[in-house]
Amino acid sequence: MRIGKTTILFAVLGALILAIIIIPIANIFIEQFAFDLGGFFSAIIDSAVLGAVGLSCFAAFLAVLVTSVFGVPLSYLLARKEFRGKGFIGGIVDLPMSIPHVAAGIMLLTVFGRHGLIGGPVSPFLRFEGALPGIVVAMLFVSAPFLINSAREGFQSVDPRLEKVARSLGATEWGAFWRVAFPLALPQILSGAIMSWARAISEFAAVIMLVGFFPMIAPGMIWDKFYSEGLYAGMRVAVVLLVITLAAFVGLKSLMGRMYAER
Amino acid sequence: MLSVRNLSKKWAEFSLKNINLDVKDMEYFAVLGPTGAGKTLLLELIAGFHRPDKGEIWMDGQALTDLPPEKRAVGFVYQDYSLFPHLTVEENVGFGLRLRKISKSEARKKMQQTMHALNISGLAKRYPKTLSGGEQQKTALARALVLEPSVLLLDEPLSAVDARARERLREELKNIHNKFGTTTIHVTHDHEEAILLGDRIGVMNDGRIIQVGDPDEIFRKPKSEFIANFVGVENIFRGKSKVKGGIAKIDIGKGVEIEAVGEKGGEVKACIRPEEIIVSKRPVKSSGRNMLRGPISEISDRGPTVRLRVDAGREFTVVITKKSFTDMRLKIGSKVYLAFKASSVHVI
Repeated sequence: MRIGKTTILFAVLGALILAIIIIPIANIFIEQFAFDLGGFFSAIIDSAVLGAVGLSCFAAFLAVLVTSVFGVPLSYLLARKEFRGKGFIGGIVDLPMSIPHVAAGIMLLTVFGRHGLIGGPVSPFLRFEGALPGIVVAMLFVSAPFLINSAREGFQSVDPRLEKVARSLGATEWGAFWRVAFPLALPQILSGAIMSWARAISEFAAVIMLVGFFPMIAPGMIWDKFYSEGLYAGMRVAVVLLVITLAAFVGLKSLMGRMYAER
Repeated sequence: MLSVRNLSKKWAEFSLKNINLDVKDMEYFAVLGPTGAGKTLLLELIAGFHRPDKGEIWMDGQALTDLPPEKRAVGFVYQDYSLFPHLTVEENVGFGLRLRKISKSEARKKMQQTMHALNISGLAKRYPKTLSGGEQQKTALARALVLEPSVLLLDEPLSAVDARARERLREELKNIHNKFGTTTIHVTHDHEEAILLGDRIGVMNDGRIIQVGDPDEIFRKPKSEFIANFVGVENIFRGKSKVKGGIAKIDIGKGVEIEAVGEKGGEVKACIRPEEIIVSKRPVKSSGRNMLRGPISEISDRGPTVRLRVDAGREFTVVITKKSFTDMRLKIGSKVYLAFKASSVHVI
């Protein structure tokens, strides 16, 4: 079939938006690898850089884990049940995506800070400021919508009659969820988890507002290097973070693709 | 025996109104009705997927109404078969067995026996999306039957396959029922399917069961014009009936009078199935009490049969075999005789 004018117009418009995403990413890699390859290798073996990147990855993993435990059941309820206030709850889930992250950091500080609503009472045995739990909470706040919404779409795509049939075959409500709905929605739950993890790693403002600069996460180190040592010092850490997260992102996506290709 | 008593339920755009139904042990009961009649909702209530607003469901003297679906011993097959796409055929069939407290070896034995009986042993390792419609149907039936349910509920199980496969699968369903003897309720909108499979048929419309009977009763003696229309009675005439000596003479207008067996007088509807009418180019020597004549106004070829419209004062629809049609060299305008027995006229 002949390619129509509308298709060409849409392709051009799409290419422009893709260019806005691709050019800065390509540019940073070209600048780094063409003009400062040695700097990249020195950064990748720098224990401070690796420590910050590792902390970001680990804290993001914990944030996704917590979101999964509490968010997946919520996703299922939002996908399957009709109840009063469902639209409102869906809106609350989306809220972190529309709040400026600096504002999110201030809000979190008032709740999880040393004198905050939750942070105050639990401070004798759990600290959020200047500690890993604070990083996890801040990351969770900004990244949870990605996992919850993706899981919700996943459950919505599973025919409810499959669960009904499972019930007729002897499965309890939990059994039908665990043996049928969950495995069928799993690709979208995992996809949401990967997006959520990637979003959590990249969080800067909310973490800095609640936790401060230490323990140092990768975005904090990029900021610190940029201000104290200049553009190229910041770029080196940014490229290390990009390489690690892109490798993890692509690796997990392709693993998922292989896991579900057969069905 | 499965008994449904005064069952009512409002659910989205469907509602069931005071359903009463008894399905005997080992019976194949067909529920026939148009889309939106509430047939699927009835099955889902029996399976326990919804709670009724009113009424009760009993199985062999045990009340099912308050039991959750997993405690009802009811097998369910949806029209698209609803196989679990992430499980292979044998995992689908074994799904319910794994939830039972039986040994692995016993479960495997039961699974193999059922898959063998349904001739799907060769599909064990395949995923549902690689199966044909017929194979999916048999897998869904095996998955339900392996648990030896008290009743098997089939929701339009033949509507997802093409016409050729449907005929074959109808036979398969009959054979499977004969083999397993499971009490079965099969809902359909296809009257041919209901007549071929059902030991008895319940006709449903607008959330009510409006007639229950054996196939012959439903098809020859429909209780209402709606049922008559729905089961393919194409000749329905309003008229005035005068009864004398067990024979009703019915004036159906435009100077046409037909005779029927019965005692119903006054305003009536006379129903004659198209296949009950004999078509001939010459007067028919038969025991039929009704003989009309008129030209053919319409011919539609239906493959092995031909449907004719004949203007015998009132328009009659008749169905004859292709061979009769060819032998008589009929065409539009050909004048033919229509003959049918008084006993073939059902009076409502």
